[in-house]
Amino acid sequence: MSKASPSPAASAAKSAPKRRANTFGGLGPGIVVGGLVPMAVMLWDAKTGALGANPVQRLQLQTGILALALLLISLAATPLRLVTGWTWPARVRKALGLLGFLYATLHVLVYLVDKGILISDFGLATVLDDVVKRPFITVGFVAWLLLIPLALTSFKSSVKKLGFERWTLLHKLVYLIVALGVVHYWWGVKKDHTEPLIYGLIAALLLALRVIFKDFRSKKKVRSAGKPATP
Amino acid sequence: MTKLPPEPDQSAAKPEASRIVNPRREFLRSAGLFTGTVAALGGGLELLSRRPGAVAESVTPGLVGQAKRPLGPYDVSDPVTPYQQATTYNNFYEFGTDKADPARMAATLKPRPWTIKIDGEVKKPMTVDIDTLQSWFPLEDRIYRMRCVEGWSMVMPWLGFPLAGLIRRLNPTSKAKYVQFTSLLDPKQFPGQRSNVLTWPYVEGLRLDEALNPLAFMAVGLAGRVLPGQNGAPLRLVVPWKYGFKGIKSIVRITLTDKQPKTTWSIAAPDEYGFYANVNPKVDHPRWSQATERRIGDLGRRPTLMFNGYADQVASLYSGMDLKKNF
Repeated sequence: MSKASPSPAASAAKSAPKRRANTFGGLGPGIVVGGLVPMAVMLWDAKTGALGANPVQRLQLQTGILALALLLISLAATPLRLVTGWTWPARVRKALGLLGFLYATLHVLVYLVDKGILISDFGLATVLDDVVKRPFITVGFVAWLLLIPLALTSFKSSVKKLGFERWTLLHKLVYLIVALGVVHYWWGVKKDHTEPLIYGLIAALLLALRVIFKDFRSKKKVRSAGKPATP
Repeated sequence: MTKLPPEPDQSAAKPEASRIVNPRREFLRSAGLFTGTVAALGGGLELLSRRPGAVAESVTPGLVGQAKRPLGPYDVSDPVTPYQQATTYNNFYEFGTDKADPARMAATLKPRPWTIKIDGEVKKPMTVDIDTLQSWFPLEDRIYRMRCVEGWSMVMPWLGFPLAGLIRRLNPTSKAKYVQFTSLLDPKQFPGQRSNVLTWPYVEGLRLDEALNPLAFMAVGLAGRVLPGQNGAPLRLVVPWKYGFKGIKSIVRITLTDKQPKTTWSIAAPDEYGFYANVNPKVDHPRWSQATERRIGDLGRRPTLMFNGYADQVASLYSGMDLKKNF
């Protein structure tokens, strides 16, 4: 998770706080481009045949893992900030979340292709049947649906429009979404549950860190009251 | 979201430092930060998510132009799955749970020398060398559909001999009702057996009348070549009207028995995988539909056929049985 954290920049931030925006120049674009690297590699793999005998199934798995991983990395931003006091994680959180949404949407599109939407032999009816009848699909689909309002309200203006409290509440949904994602992954694998388990444990750890450090900070807040909140 | 922590106010301590602007340094720092971030995030995500397919050894299958050979009574006329795909996309957990693992790891399996133990309800239990066993029967080509329980399928040009011939030669006693097959147990040759993802060794079984059906087949080759390790060398079962996991690979023991064998997948998930595991578009897997399948090489899906299209030959084996219960 903290792989994306070039620590020299963080220490630089401390030595030149007034020029922070420039000090972090490159970080935001780096996150966006880095997050798009897997997409480029997937296209390359598709072109060279490296996706193997069942490319749709591979893309399905890879886009799903990418969505879950990116959401988890975005979830790590706040605990990381709380633990270290660094401010840069908050700057990349939005981009990471949106990248997660991008891959989740690709995941859904690949599923639709898999179900034959393109050739429309079986089409929409099969998809609806799946979504209603198969908990494994239902859970994944609900997770994706819940991501949509989060993605739509990821602008600064949305915070103002909704009000900070309501915006925060809405975006806490991401924990539910990640939990649904982990369950979806767990039910999706045939037998080897190692990876879904790891993702689940990381999500639980991040939530725990946030709870613990929030407690810690709210006690401290009394001393440093009056600081402006940055969403 | 919670509030940001208070910023340490260091500008007061070092007022000069913050005013010095060095565009060149700043550009380099930004460029470095950008590159580092792209590499770290991009690389990390690739490590987590990318599972490239395996590359098959480039060989010309021995059975060149096999489509031109007149189709036998048991062959299907569907286009045969290319050798490259049939040998790089395999479920063989003894080599690992990823479908590319078997092709990558297959070299660890040594299919010769190899013996098969034959025991249980047979007149004369014995241990026989694979080459001897193979020499008992003329080898036949069989182009069969193969439907995986996961919802994909292939068309496989097997080479081998009918199981019925082997069973008859083994002289089962009147008590024999089932045939149990056991795979090799050897974590040195099967690194996947170091993980307890399944109970090892892999065990499969058939009812005796299923085993005597002319479609039930023992494969020793694929596309006119010796069977590759990833496809179950040196000897595997092929039961084309059942899901692929019934086709036990790398067999070291065949036991005739009066009890229904406890098969590996039915032990692992009894509500999902039964003893019979007949391909049936109307009986769904608890987690996904079995109504359709993707033929490897196709983008879309096709309807799954009852008994994988072999209903004429095998449906009578199950007359009167509730196939929803005996899934």
